[in-house]
Amino acid sequence: MENLDAKPEELTFDIRHVDLYYGDTQALKDISMQVHKNEITALIGPSGCGKSTLLKTLNRMNDFVEGCRVEGSIKFEGRDIFTETDPLLLRYRVGMVFQQPSPFPKSIYDNVAYGPRVQGITNKATLDELVEKSMRQAAIWDELKDRLKTSALGLSGGQQQRLCIARTLAAQPSVILMDEPTSALDPISTQKIEDLALELKEKYTIVIVTHNMQQAKRISDRTAFFYLGELVEMDRTDKLFTNPDEPRTESYITGRFG
Amino acid sequence: MTATDTALRSGAALSSEEEGLARAQQKRKMSGFMTGLFYAGAFGAAALLVVFVGFVIGQGITAVNADILVSLSGIFFNTMYLVVLALFFSAIWGIPAGIFLAEYARKGRLTSWVRMAIETLASLPSIVVGLFGYLVFIVMTGSQWNLMAGALSVSIITLPMLASVTEDALEGLPPYYKLGSLGLGASRIQTLWNVQLPACFPRIMTGLILAAGRGFGEAAALMFTAGMSTDIDWSNWNLVSQSCPLNPFRPGETLALHIWALRTEALNPNAAEVAGVTSAILMLVVVIFNALARYVSWRMEKKMGGI
Repeated sequence: MENLDAKPEELTFDIRHVDLYYGDTQALKDISMQVHKNEITALIGPSGCGKSTLLKTLNRMNDFVEGCRVEGSIKFEGRDIFTETDPLLLRYRVGMVFQQPSPFPKSIYDNVAYGPRVQGITNKATLDELVEKSMRQAAIWDELKDRLKTSALGLSGGQQQRLCIARTLAAQPSVILMDEPTSALDPISTQKIEDLALELKEKYTIVIVTHNMQQAKRISDRTAFFYLGELVEMDRTDKLFTNPDEPRTESYITGRFG
Repeated sequence: MTATDTALRSGAALSSEEEGLARAQQKRKMSGFMTGLFYAGAFGAAALLVVFVGFVIGQGITAVNADILVSLSGIFFNTMYLVVLALFFSAIWGIPAGIFLAEYARKGRLTSWVRMAIETLASLPSIVVGLFGYLVFIVMTGSQWNLMAGALSVSIITLPMLASVTEDALEGLPPYYKLGSLGLGASRIQTLWNVQLPACFPRIMTGLILAAGRGFGEAAALMFTAGMSTDIDWSNWNLVSQSCPLNPFRPGETLALHIWALRTEALNPNAAEVAGVTSAILMLVVVIFNALARYVSWRMEKKMGGI
């Protein structure tokens, strides 16, 4: 288990003693962990362990869940997300990619330009530039640049997911939260998304929830293992997968349960 | 070896081959019969529509002449004008109600009461709505029969339909449309306006077509509200004048009501022919309106779906 002693300027998220309740059920129990800048942090654990819940807390998407209550503090780049940040502004900076590739029923261009437009950017040249840059970063510009005006719903699943990543990047976030982004994709598309994540971490911090331990091992710098709402262990990925401190982590990663 | 295997081998528990074959044929016959029934139901309904529309329009065409058409022009205009007004009011009222029920209503006593009230509204007999409209829009405001009162009465009838169509359409969308937009920092209103409502548009459009159908066909609710007279002067464009076509506060009979009046109290000898022509026009309007609305909604869907 790591010490939580990283310098504040190296951190994207500093999570301290977070408890989360859905009504009377406690879904997260006293979670404290740190997410480092320009790293990929993987959250792993069996279904219902709280990893997705924690992810949704980081950009306050849980606000939309009726009966959800959070205690404790989460600092994003030094400021508390519950008391010192407006949730809409927080979501500009903390982007999210969902499990199901989910482009809007709009053109490819309008999908990518959606975030900037929501933020009030209307200048055509600025939007064009953002769309191209984001689509290049998401490695779909060359494939799709000639059909920007066509509907995004006609794309393949892998293309849709990369489009969703481009859409997230266009809003100019500093963090990208990915909720099992490849679980609905074929192996080749999965590979592309993983390569993309590795490229993106030079500029962005990435937090990824995954069911696939090989994926966590392949791409992440640090891994956090959750079980029944608790953070069992968090460490550098190579350390956690080769020499975990906790017996529960070891049984999970060796496939004895979960 | 399991019990089933044993039974299979010995053949004791199973019927003979002939019996099995007979049963299979029986099943196939039954299945064929039911399939036939479904086909008959669907094609029967389609055929009924074609025959009905053909009959009504055919009868109208045989009786039509220029005089009848001129006499119906004002009534035709009233009908279109009233339906546009009614659609406008039920849309600005019913669509927000549906949005509330789908997006903002928390589960609770108040919400279930609102939902029940809207459902009850849907089952009100139109003659009762007409009398209510007469009382509220005519008697209480001290005005004479007018198109606006008629449009408001029709909008009461179509309001529940639009509310529930909007609610169903919003709830039927993939949840990721909403989450994706909210996740990009859009507010709930931005999300509704830019993502959810455009994606619902084809279905809301269908709701509007149905609502318009009610408006075109409504007679009982208009008898005491829009009135049964039409006296318009096509050269008068003074909006407050009683004979200006566009003044919504003038009396205006619609096609459906005109048919009813012709067949019940009209004294002119060619009432039956005029009623036939009126029915044909009404039918044509409804068919054309449906086709047009479907085309618009298909275009929207095509644009979004990239098919």
